[in-house]
Amino acid sequence: MLALLAVLVPTSATAASGLPLAAATEACAPTPESACIGGTIRTAAGEPAVGVALQVAGVDETVDATTGPDGRWSAAVTSAGTYTVTLDAATLPAGETLRDPAQNPRTVEVTLGQSAGALFPLGAPSTGGGDTDDPPSGGESTTPAPEASGEPGLDSPSPGARGGGINWDRVAQQTVAGLVFGTLLALASVGLSLIFGTTGLSNFAHGEQVTLGGILAYLFTQVVGLPLLLSGAIAVVLAAASGWLQDAVIWHPLRKRRVGMTQQLIVTIGLAITLQYVYQFFLGGSSLRIVRSNPQAVNIGPVYITQQSLISVGIAVVVLGAVSYFLLATRIGRATRAVSDNPALAAASGITVDRIIRLVWTVGAGLAGLGGVTMGLYLNATAWNMGSTLLLLMFAAVTLGGLGTAFGALAGSIVIGLVVELSNLVIPSDMRYAGALVILILVLLLRPQGILGRAERIG
Amino acid sequence: MDWTRILSNVAGELIAPTTAAYALAAIGLNVHFGLTGLLNFGQAGFMLLGAYGFAISTIAGWPLWAAVLVAIGCSVVFALVLGIPTLKLRGDYLAIVTIAAAEIVRIVGRSTALTNLTGASSGLRGDSYKETFQELSPFDDGTSTIGPFTYANNASNSWWVRIVGWALVLLACLLIWRLLNSPWGRVLKGIREDEDAVRSLGKNVYGYKMQALVLGGVIGSLAGVVYVMPRAVQPDSMGRPMTFWVWTILLLGGAATVFGPVLGSMLFWAALMLIKTVGRELIPSTVMRAEQIEQFGWIVVGVTLMLLVIFRPQGILGDKKELAINVR
Repeated sequence: MLALLAVLVPTSATAASGLPLAAATEACAPTPESACIGGTIRTAAGEPAVGVALQVAGVDETVDATTGPDGRWSAAVTSAGTYTVTLDAATLPAGETLRDPAQNPRTVEVTLGQSAGALFPLGAPSTGGGDTDDPPSGGESTTPAPEASGEPGLDSPSPGARGGGINWDRVAQQTVAGLVFGTLLALASVGLSLIFGTTGLSNFAHGEQVTLGGILAYLFTQVVGLPLLLSGAIAVVLAAASGWLQDAVIWHPLRKRRVGMTQQLIVTIGLAITLQYVYQFFLGGSSLRIVRSNPQAVNIGPVYITQQSLISVGIAVVVLGAVSYFLLATRIGRATRAVSDNPALAAASGITVDRIIRLVWTVGAGLAGLGGVTMGLYLNATAWNMGSTLLLLMFAAVTLGGLGTAFGALAGSIVIGLVVELSNLVIPSDMRYAGALVILILVLLLRPQGILGRAERIG
Repeated sequence: MDWTRILSNVAGELIAPTTAAYALAAIGLNVHFGLTGLLNFGQAGFMLLGAYGFAISTIAGWPLWAAVLVAIGCSVVFALVLGIPTLKLRGDYLAIVTIAAAEIVRIVGRSTALTNLTGASSGLRGDSYKETFQELSPFDDGTSTIGPFTYANNASNSWWVRIVGWALVLLACLLIWRLLNSPWGRVLKGIREDEDAVRSLGKNVYGYKMQALVLGGVIGSLAGVVYVMPRAVQPDSMGRPMTFWVWTILLLGGAATVFGPVLGSMLFWAALMLIKTVGRELIPSTVMRAEQIEQFGWIVVGVTLMLLVIFRPQGILGDKKELAINVR
């Protein structure tokens, strides 16, 4: 495996939403009547292999493709079935060989309306003969074990990411992507922060609330067939209801039993495990696309953004504004902040703490659900583990901003979003979440109370 | 229904290398949580680092003892890096930091940028690092049958792995038993119950916590080595879920006890195997597919963890009076 090649199959999501893909090869977007076969070929050193010729042959048609400057190739076909993809080894860059020549040509199953990947890893042929075969490469879609399946947002390049060095266009692109990602992350983190503020609970099951939003939106658009906006709204309402129910059934009784915070923290972990596998039980381990059609792209100056992202951010900003107004200017909002500050004192001044906590759970879960819907649109897919992948980023954002402060969570999310997307410029994109987690640890080292937190909170 | 096959499958889980590895990991976590009260949610990170350290140095041609030392060294460094900033902070901060650090290890390990070293997300193949360990085996090649169990003597999933794995578990149990009754162990338990009281006695709480973190981490890294012996080093199979299973095992058996982690691990894996095999026999595939039965098993684990923590936080063997789970 030493010379295993970094070969990313663009998932249907990324192949379609790539960026000015036209600059690479003719972009292929699957429509209900057509499908795409594609992949990315990289040299043993990880550089894109340019100008490699491939031939895609099926029963009815034969398509030729060549890799573009980014090493990507794609071919559009108009009928479903089995296709044979042949790579012309003579067109490989000098000195490059196929790692496994037996896999050329290889066959690909194609379904209309979807993208299929065909992988051709380059490098020295693998020599080890032993008890295990090479892990199957992505071309033949075997059903991966749940653990082995990708994580949305982690395995796919971020929407709009493009390879190459640092230049201003890329910085602008990644900054916008970071702001978008941060705003959507804020939706999810505000609830986490409010719940911590009012109850002192670090809720490790908050990620599953985010997943719930995405999954419900998927169910209502793809299974029930409602329009996106309506199903998104239903998803948010149901997510909020689940928050209400969760507090009523689990957390309120636990508070009444005076179960300690550490115990409750472990309960949230148990709940997170349960919910993750419940999602997997019903929906399987693969990624689910909320919207099947390909997003419309908008170019603003050098920046490329999809319409879905723009609308998502618009909704997020409005909702976050409403939450701020609620917290700052309404009586209940003030009561919430009072409980968050000092529950005992709040109770003594006549605030019904339990009712406020119930409200916070409902609103927090609803916001997380909205975050899940919009994040699912932004990442182009949702899956059973979307929330748990994002959970640590949310914790990073909330800790950075100061645990328990709603506005801190907002500021922290934006910073984390920017860090995640801008770190793409210098480190490989599949490592970009690690950068945010390093920040989390550094914050705890240098200023444990966060940007907007107070020192007394750290104990 | 074939009860003998089901029962021998379940009994096979009791002595499986995976069970030993998880028992060892839970013993390490017991040093952290059961003895000292540290909320370490990154035990899988220690295990993954141990596995990487062992596998990579063996592939580089180092002898067995050196590779094991590398594995231990990795976890010591990891514990120091984690502990220095966070041991002074409140418990839930340590929880978040350890879980984040374990994720960093996994994300970096699976990154395509390190393909040459770690094999990225497909990991390191088992046969590339098992040789030195298997050469040490005193048995000849072939298979042996003891009772209902037939395994190879030396290959991947062999008697040799089982013997070494469980010997390590026994050694670790012995160590914990001695520590629990030593002055050092009593200080740790004091820290768990009331940090300030121990501090007022003039003890260096920070130093003791650090020692506990390192010791538990080292046991965790050995668990990682045992865990990858019958399989490959795959970063994605050693992520957060693994940490959570280790926690479930510890809380099931009973934290702050000597045999709790071992009992917990045996029960955990045997129960999962029971659900899986009985489910496949009884439930028609039209109602639940095979992978759904497996997922159902994990759902049961999650619910068990919740109920356990709420209603019996001391686990099966623990003493409720001794272990106050709510150290800060």
